[in-house]
Amino acid sequence: MKHSDPAPGTEILAGFTTALATGAIRIIDLTQTLGPDFPSIVMPPEIGQSRAFRMEEISRYDERGGAWYWNNLSFGEHTGTHFDAPIHWVSGRDLPNSSTDTIPVADFIAPAVVIDCSRESAADADFLLTPDLIKAWESVHGKIPPRCWVLMRTDWSKKTDPAAYQNFDEVGQHTPGPDPDAVRFLLNERDVLGFGTETIGTDAGQAAHFLPPYPCHYYMHGAGRYGLQCLTNLDLLPPTGSSLIAPPLKIQQGSGSPLRVLALVPSSQAGASRP
Amino acid sequence: MANRIAGYDGVAVAVPVTVPYERFSIRGAHWFIASALKALIDGAGISKDDVDGLCVASFTLAPDSAVGLTQHLGLSPRWLDHVPMGGASGIVSLRRAARAVQAGDAEIVACIAGDTNHVDSFRLSTASFSMFAQDAVYPYGAGGPNTSFAFLTAYYMRTYGATPADFGKLCVAQRANALHYPHALFKKPLTLQEYLDARPVADPLRLFDCVMPCAGAEAFLVMSEDRARRLGLPHARLTGAIERHNAFPDDPVQHRGGWVMDRDRLYERAGIGPEDIDLLEAYDDYPVICVLQIEDLGFCGKGEGPDFIRRHTFEASGNFPFNTSGGQLSIGQAGAAGGTLGIVEAIRQLTGQTLGARVENARHALVSGFGMINFDRGLCTGAAILAAT
Amino acid sequence: MSETIKRPKRKNPILKTRAPTLPPDRRSRVALGLVRGAALGNLELQCCAACGAVQYPPREACVRCLSPELEWTVMSGRGELVSETTLHHSQELFFRERMPWRLGLVRLAEGVSLVAHLDARCGPAPSPVRVEAVLDRAGQAALVARPADGDAALADEPKLRVMTSDPRFRKVLVTDAKSPVGQAVVKAVLEAGADLVWAGHCEPWKNPPGWPAIAELPKVTLVPLDVTDTKSVNELAAELGFKVDIVINTAEHHRTFGIFGRAGVETARAEMETNCFGLLRLAQAFGPVMQSRGADGDAGAVAWVNLLSIYALSNFPQHATYSASMAAALSVAQALRSEMRVAGIRVVNIFPGPIDDEWNQLLLPPKLAPSAVARAIVGALKGSVEDVYPGDIAQDWLARFRDNPKALERELGR
Repeated sequence: MKHSDPAPGTEILAGFTTALATGAIRIIDLTQTLGPDFPSIVMPPEIGQSRAFRMEEISRYDERGGAWYWNNLSFGEHTGTHFDAPIHWVSGRDLPNSSTDTIPVADFIAPAVVIDCSRESAADADFLLTPDLIKAWESVHGKIPPRCWVLMRTDWSKKTDPAAYQNFDEVGQHTPGPDPDAVRFLLNERDVLGFGTETIGTDAGQAAHFLPPYPCHYYMHGAGRYGLQCLTNLDLLPPTGSSLIAPPLKIQQGSGSPLRVLALVPSSQAGASRP
Repeated sequence: MANRIAGYDGVAVAVPVTVPYERFSIRGAHWFIASALKALIDGAGISKDDVDGLCVASFTLAPDSAVGLTQHLGLSPRWLDHVPMGGASGIVSLRRAARAVQAGDAEIVACIAGDTNHVDSFRLSTASFSMFAQDAVYPYGAGGPNTSFAFLTAYYMRTYGATPADFGKLCVAQRANALHYPHALFKKPLTLQEYLDARPVADPLRLFDCVMPCAGAEAFLVMSEDRARRLGLPHARLTGAIERHNAFPDDPVQHRGGWVMDRDRLYERAGIGPEDIDLLEAYDDYPVICVLQIEDLGFCGKGEGPDFIRRHTFEASGNFPFNTSGGQLSIGQAGAAGGTLGIVEAIRQLTGQTLGARVENARHALVSGFGMINFDRGLCTGAAILAAT
Repeated sequence: MSETIKRPKRKNPILKTRAPTLPPDRRSRVALGLVRGAALGNLELQCCAACGAVQYPPREACVRCLSPELEWTVMSGRGELVSETTLHHSQELFFRERMPWRLGLVRLAEGVSLVAHLDARCGPAPSPVRVEAVLDRAGQAALVARPADGDAALADEPKLRVMTSDPRFRKVLVTDAKSPVGQAVVKAVLEAGADLVWAGHCEPWKNPPGWPAIAELPKVTLVPLDVTDTKSVNELAAELGFKVDIVINTAEHHRTFGIFGRAGVETARAEMETNCFGLLRLAQAFGPVMQSRGADGDAGAVAWVNLLSIYALSNFPQHATYSASMAAALSVAQALRSEMRVAGIRVVNIFPGPIDDEWNQLLLPPKLAPSAVARAIVGALKGSVEDVYPGDIAQDWLARFRDNPKALERELGR
C-alpha cells in the first residue's frame, strides 16, 4: 500500500476542522440553558414527578472550600433540552440497544431537516403537523432522507414566560406537535431517525387524547428511534443541509438525558430563512 | 437538759467597729472584712490568735465563704459560721456567737459583716440572689427588691392610711441624725418637700425611700462579761435575742414580720417592756419596714404606725430616738453590713463611745434585723436587746 | 384608659437601628414548667397530688405537705389584684427602654401570691383580675394580670403588645400564597391589619381557583418564590428580606403514601425538599436579617410561623413519608426557634390535623377548613403562644401524645 495517499476519512476530517475554523461550517447551539427557572414537565400530582433542575453550591471560594467553586446538581433525565431513548416508552421497553448507554454512537451525529410551522403555531397552540403538510414541505425542499432528524420549528422557544411556555388551562396543556398519521408516515414512509421539537414534549400538549395516546413517543420509541425536546434556535437553521450532534450522557440504563445539541450548518445556508 | 429557755446571761458585746464607707471601691470584700478584723483586735488590745470564733456575713465574698477567709487571714478558729441572712445577719450572728461563748465553744468571737461595691456589684449580686427571685420577680422588670417593697408600701398605705409624709418624716429625721455621723455618705440635709418631690423609682417609692449601695464593714466582738472586764473593754450586755424565718407565709402581702411571733419572749427574757427602750435601731432598707418594726416590736398596734409617727420625733434628741447614726437610708448600705450597723451604733450609745449624735441616759437599746427578699417578702427577722453595764 | 394603637412613624434611615434586648431569661428547670402551658396559651401551675395545694413560685416539693408529687395543672387564673406599682427605673435594658412599666401583685383564688405584668385596663387594687401565662420577648413564660371580664386583646395594650407578634402595621411574607391555606392566610393577615403581604408563588403555569383574586387584592404583591430552589430563596431575601417583619411559611408538599405504598424515595424526597429543606433555605436566607431587626421601631421583625402538621408529633403511617418530612421540619423549626429567640423573634409552629384539601380527600371528617388554619395562625400572632394545635383532630392527638405517646403510636398504626 502506497504511503503517500491519505485515507479519504483523514482528508474529510481535516477539511471539516478547517471549515469550522474558517466558518465555512458554522455551529448553531440548539440548547436551552439548564437553570432552575426553565420549565420542567408536569405530571398529574398523584404519580411520580420528574425533577426540575436544581443547583446546590458546594463551595464558592469560601470556608466551604477556599480555592474553588463547584456545585451539586439534581435534575430528571428529561429536564431541559433533552434526548429521549427508546427505553423511555413502554413500546420500546424490550428493544435491544435502547438506553442512552447502549445506543450506537453513530446515531448521535445525523442530518436534520427543519419543517417551519411557526406561523401556524402562533395562530393555534394545538396545531398538529399532518402528512399533507409534510408532503407540501417536501414538494419544495425535496424528500426527507432516511435516518435523519425531523425538527418541527414552532418558535415556541421564544416564549420566555414559563407559564406561556407550558400553556396550561383547565383541560391541560396546549402546545403544537405531530398528529398520529404524521408520525406513522415519517417512520413507515421515510424511516427517520427521530423527531425534535421546541416544546416540552415531542408530542402535542393534548396528545393524551390521541389514538394512540402520545403517538410520537409510542411509535418512535417503539421503532427504536429517538426524540429531542426543548430545542431552541431552530429559526437559525436552513430547511435542509444541517447535521446535528446530539449525544446524551452515557447513563447506565438511562431513559434519556439533558444534553448539548449542536447543529453544523454550511455557512451559505446559516441564518433564518423561509421558502 | 432542763426544759427551759436559757437566757443570754453573761454575754458581752464590745469594740464597735466601722470600716469607713465608700460609694465604689475596686477592692474585694476580703479587704473590708480584714480591715474590720484588724480594727477589732487593735481596739480590744488582743492578738489575732486570741480570736477563736469567727462569724461572717457578706454578699460579695464569693467564691469564698467564711472558710476561705480563715486561710486568707491566717486564722485557726474553733468555731466558724457564715450567715447568709442579709439584714438579719447581724442579729443572728450575735445569737450564734452568744451561745458559743456561753457553752465555752469559743471565748472571743469576731462578728463581721462587710461588702465591697463595684460598679456592677448590685447587678451581679441580684442576678444570683434566690431561685424565686430569678424565676418569679426579675423577669418582671426591676432587678433587685424595689418591686416587692413597692407592692408592700402601696398595700400598707392603702390598708392603714399611711401617707408619703409619714414615711418622709422618718427619712428626714434619720438624715438629721446622719449629719452628725462622720461615716455617713449623705452630707446634705433632707427636707420633707425634697423627699416628696424626689424622682419616682417604683410607685409609691421615690429616690429617698431607697438605700444607696456602697462598700464598707461593721463589726463587734462577743465574749463573756468576765473576759470583757478583764480586758478593760467598755461593753454592753446581751439581755435578749429572737429570730424567725418565713413567718406568716399565708399573708397575701407582707404587712407584719416574724417579730410579732417572738417579741413577748424577747422582752420577758430581757426583763423589760417596750416602754423601757431608750433607742431603736431598726433595719431601714425601706421606710415601710421601719414602720412594721415599730408596730411588730410592740411600740404600737398593727396599723397604728402612721399615728405613732405623727406623735413622735425620731432624732437622737427626740422622744423616740431612732436610727441614731442615720440608718442605711442616710449612711449607705454596705451590703450585709447594713444588718450590723444598728448593733454597732447601739453598742456605741450604751458605752458612751458615740461618733455622732448622742442619746442621753441610754440604758436599753433594741436592735432589729430584717432581710432576704426571697420572692415577695422579707423572710428573715431578728431582734436583740442590749443593756448598758 | 388604653389608647388606640397608632401606626408607627416611618423609620429615620440615618439613625442606628436599635438592637434587640430581652427581658431576663434565666429560669430554674422547675420554673420552665410554666413554658409548656404558656406555649399553648394556658396558665399551668403545680398542684400537689397528695394534698391539692397549688404552688407558686414553682418548686421541688409541696409547700404544705412536702410531697414531691407536684403535677402541672391548668388554672383559671382568677384572683385579686392586692397591690400594684409602676417602675420608673430598671437595671434591665429591656425594661429600661420601655419605662414606665406597671406591675401587679395578685392573690390567686388558689391561695398563692404572684408578681405579674399589669394590663393597663385593670382597675386599681383591690380588684378582680385574671392571670394569664404568656411568652415574653425572651420566649420565657411570664404572668400577666388581665381584666377579669371582657376579652381585651393583649395586642391592644400599648406596653404589653410587645409580648405579641401583632400583624397590624407589619409586612408579611407568605411563602406559598397559592395553596388553599396560603390564600386564606393572605386574606386573614390583611384583615388583621398588615400593611403589606408579599405573596410567594411558584409553578406559574398553575392557576388554582381563587388565585387570580389574591393577585388583585390591594396591599398584596406577588413575588416569585420556590423554596426548593436555593437561588430563588436567596434572591428574594436579598431583594426584600430586610423589610420582612413576619414570615409565614405555608409551603408544603403533601402526598399520601405509606412507606410501602410508593416504590422508591422520589416522592419522599420531594416532601423533604419542600417541607424540611425549604424551611432550612428560608431560615438561612431570611433569619439573620430578621434577627438584626428584632427591635426595629414599633413594627419591626417579630415572628416566624411554620405550617407543620400534627403528623410531625407521631408518624401517621398512611401518610408516612409526609409525616417524616414534617417531623424533620419540626426539628429544624426548633433549632430556628433557639436561634431567633436571641433576637426576640418568636417561632410559632402550627400543627393542624388533616386540612380539608385534595390530599386529605379520603380521610373522614373532622377536617380543617383552610380558613380555620388561617384564623389559628393570625390568632397566634395576635397572642403570645408558640405552639398551636388547631381543630379537633390536632387537639385529640396532642392529648393522646402527652398522655402516652406509645399508645398513640399503636392507635395511629392500626
